[in-house]
Formats: sequence, structure tokens, C-alpha cells
Amino acid sequence: MQRNPQLNANGELQHLLSIEGLPREILLQILDTAESFAGVTEREVKKVPLLRGKSVFNLFFEPSTRTRTTFEIAAKRLSADVINLNIAVSSATKGESLLDTVANLSAMQADIFVVRHASSGAPFLIARHVKPHEHVVNAGDGRHAHPTQGLLDLYTIRHYKKDFTRLVVGIVGDVLHSRVARSLIHGLTTLGVPEVRVIGPQTLMPLGVEGLGVRVFNDMRAGLKDCDVVVMLRLQNERMRGALLPSAQEFFKHYGLTEDKLAAARNDAIVMHPGPMNRGVEIDSTVADGPHSVILPQVTFGIAVRMAVMSIVAGN
Amino acid sequence: MKLPDAEALCEQLAAELRPRIGPKSAMVGLYTGGAWLAERLHSTLGLSTPLALMDIAFYRDDYAARGLKHDPKRTKIPFDVNGAELLLVDDVLYSGRTVRAAMNELFDYGRPASIALVVLADRGGRQLPICAQHVGARVQVPAGMRLTLQRADSGKLALALESERAA
Repeated sequence: MQRNPQLNANGELQHLLSIEGLPREILLQILDTAESFAGVTEREVKKVPLLRGKSVFNLFFEPSTRTRTTFEIAAKRLSADVINLNIAVSSATKGESLLDTVANLSAMQADIFVVRHASSGAPFLIARHVKPHEHVVNAGDGRHAHPTQGLLDLYTIRHYKKDFTRLVVGIVGDVLHSRVARSLIHGLTTLGVPEVRVIGPQTLMPLGVEGLGVRVFNDMRAGLKDCDVVVMLRLQNERMRGALLPSAQEFFKHYGLTEDKLAAARNDAIVMHPGPMNRGVEIDSTVADGPHSVILPQVTFGIAVRMAVMSIVAGN
Repeated sequence: MKLPDAEALCEQLAAELRPRIGPKSAMVGLYTGGAWLAERLHSTLGLSTPLALMDIAFYRDDYAARGLKHDPKRTKIPFDVNGAELLLVDDVLYSGRTVRAAMNELFDYGRPASIALVVLADRGGRQLPICAQHVGARVQVPAGMRLTLQRADSGKLALALESERAA
């Protein structure tokens, strides 16, 4: 049997590549550790010495602001040195291969690679080739996975709802192109959420999505009925090819989250969004800025979650 | 071997600490055993500042060798450390490394006026220049064994020996 590429011989987390395949104990270890780091981010000196002397390379082959920045803040709060490489405008355009880029950075004494890449599986490829003391954290690969986003979503849900085992969670929108949705679904099912729904037009549903243990709804009101948690996905214009949708306006009419549609969910439902938001496309401003929204706390929690992930992998 | 009675040591420590409690006194307990002891001393002494609890997992000096401890607790210091006269409380003093880590963490919260170390048991074996100002008892511990504090469901505290390998 092939060993899980994320775990070392002792079954400890060595790389974070996807939530899929991670045992419940490791997911809980990350969430519990993040809970302690959340305390660090609230105090005057927001820094602990764990990764002093270590170098974290942010390798972003795809543009990102929020994820790259929160990884950078997280690494700095762990006292690591952070090097940001915007590869989209660098070596790759000069023809260097992915593994050559990594080998060169490794020669500069890297300890952690945080990788975002448009190709699904790129972080796995890197993880297979790094030295034993080097660690890879996936910051989003193609349509495949975005595990730290999934983890911070899980953290947010636990923060507000405490217990996973009684929840109805609705994930709304462009599930087809969403690595966030895939990571979150795996996390929710692993942690025992009894009902996970995906809600959206059939053209934006991956084939066989039911196989992940979710219920599919094409009607938004029916899908949102009695949800405790509503996760809105960004309409991924840049990943959209061909005529999957008539127009953004048409999408908003049917699947944009308005106060009116949200009324179908439970009174104490929380509304999440991984950002960046397209206001007036997948979410109405009155909801995004309204009392149910926990979209900005998600960003804050993301720092503690990324601190937890980096300090756990670098210690194993 | 017979270990000292932890309950009696708590009373003895409380009596010893009482004269030094002043308006700026505040107590910090280290998870897990030190937190139990601190809870007891804090309520016996009736300190007016709320009790602080610390987990030094993020400040340990063996992180590179042993990685991050599972399930570190969240450090909670519900008062201003600046200018405080701190009583740092742990159950067992051994190498001194935990105390060093705790002091490093405390200084990330502020600059206390002073820190005094309070321990239930000192088992010797220091690897750092650290000593406790208030010691319940000095205890000889056989090689290969760990001295730990345990708390029963009733809240009763007791010292115990366990094999280092079991830990």
C-alpha cells in the first residue's frame, strides 16, 4: 500500500497537500492548535519564537492577495523569515521548470514551501522531490484543493456552532471550479457533519459530486432550508470556459444570496465566503455586511490556522 | 518510596505566600499541574486579580527535536503584566527549561515588576541557572522516573511517580 504522501512514517503531518485523506485526529489537532494561536494574535506582541531561523518561501504561480498575505503574516508571527516569489512574472516565464525552481530555492536553505499553482497536483509533485527537512503546504492547486481555506472554514464553523455533528451546511454556487468547496466537503464529512448540501446550477456541478457524500440542490431556496451554515463560493470568471452561464445578472437572480433567500435558512445561520467577493453576483451587499456574515472573522481565523499548519509540519 | 502529601504542601505554601501578597500581586499557573496548584493557591489566598494560565508549548526549546505538542492550551493572562508582581506557579521544578520558556512568554505580554517562582516539589537536576523562591518540598526521584501532580475528580491533589517511558 502506498503511504499517504502528507504523513511521515509515524503518521504525523509532514506536508499539508489536501484535506482528503487526512484522519479526523489530525484535522482536530490543527483546529485545536489554531485555537491556541488565536490567543497569540490577540495580544500586544503577536509573535512566538517557534520558527526562528527558518525560511518560508511563498511560491505563488497564480495571483493571490489574501492567501499570500495571511500566510506571510502567519509565518512572521511564528518568527520565520518570509520570502515572497511572484513566479507568474519570474523564472517560469523564462522557461524554468517547476522542479528546477524548487531545487534552486532549496539550495537557498528553504524550510517550508507554500505553493499555489494553476495545475492540480503541483504541490504533490514538489512534496515528492523535496528534502526530508523541507515541508510543502498547498495554498491552492487548480480545481483540486485549498486545504488551509477548508481548515479555516472548519475553524470558523466550530467557533460559531461548536458541534459538527448536528449541522446542516449548504455550499452555494460554482462548485465545479471550486477547490475551496472540495476541501471543505472532505473536512465536513470527516468531522461528522450529517448533512452537507451543494447548491447551484447543474452546469456548475462536478459530475458525480454525490459520491463525496453531499446532497445536490438546483433550487436555492429548497437547498437553504434549515441550513445552519451557508458557504457562498466565488463565481470564478477566470476559470470559466464556454457558455456555462447565461450572465452574471441571471446567476444573481437565481443563486445570489439575498436577505430574502437567506430567510429560508435557520435564524442563527452564519454566512461565509472565502473571498474575494463579487458583490451583486453571488452575494448581495446587505447580506455580506449583515448580521449573519462572518466573512471578516474568517480572514482573521485564517492567520491562526496557517500558524498551526506551519508549526505542526515544521516540527514533524 | 513515600511522597509528601500534596494537600499539606498546598497549605504550607499558601501560609508562606500570604505575607508577600500585595495590591500588585498576580498569579500565573503553568498547564497542567501548575494550573491546578495555582487555582488552589489563588482561591486560598483570595487574590483580587484574576488567575492567569499559561501553556508554554510555543516557547519550548525542544521544538526542533520533538515538534509541537499535541493540543496546546490557550494562554490566558487576564491582567496587565506591566508592573505586576508575579507569582509563577508550577507543580514540579526539574531542569528549569519550562520556567525559562514561561518567562520568555511572559515578557511578550509586558514587563513585570518581579517574578517569584512557586513550586510544589523541587526534584533537583537543574540544567539552567534557575531557582524557586517558594518550595513545598524537596523530593528525591529515582532515575528513569517522573514526578507528577495528579488531581482526583474530587479536586484532591497528590504527587505520583511514573516511568519516564510511559509519559
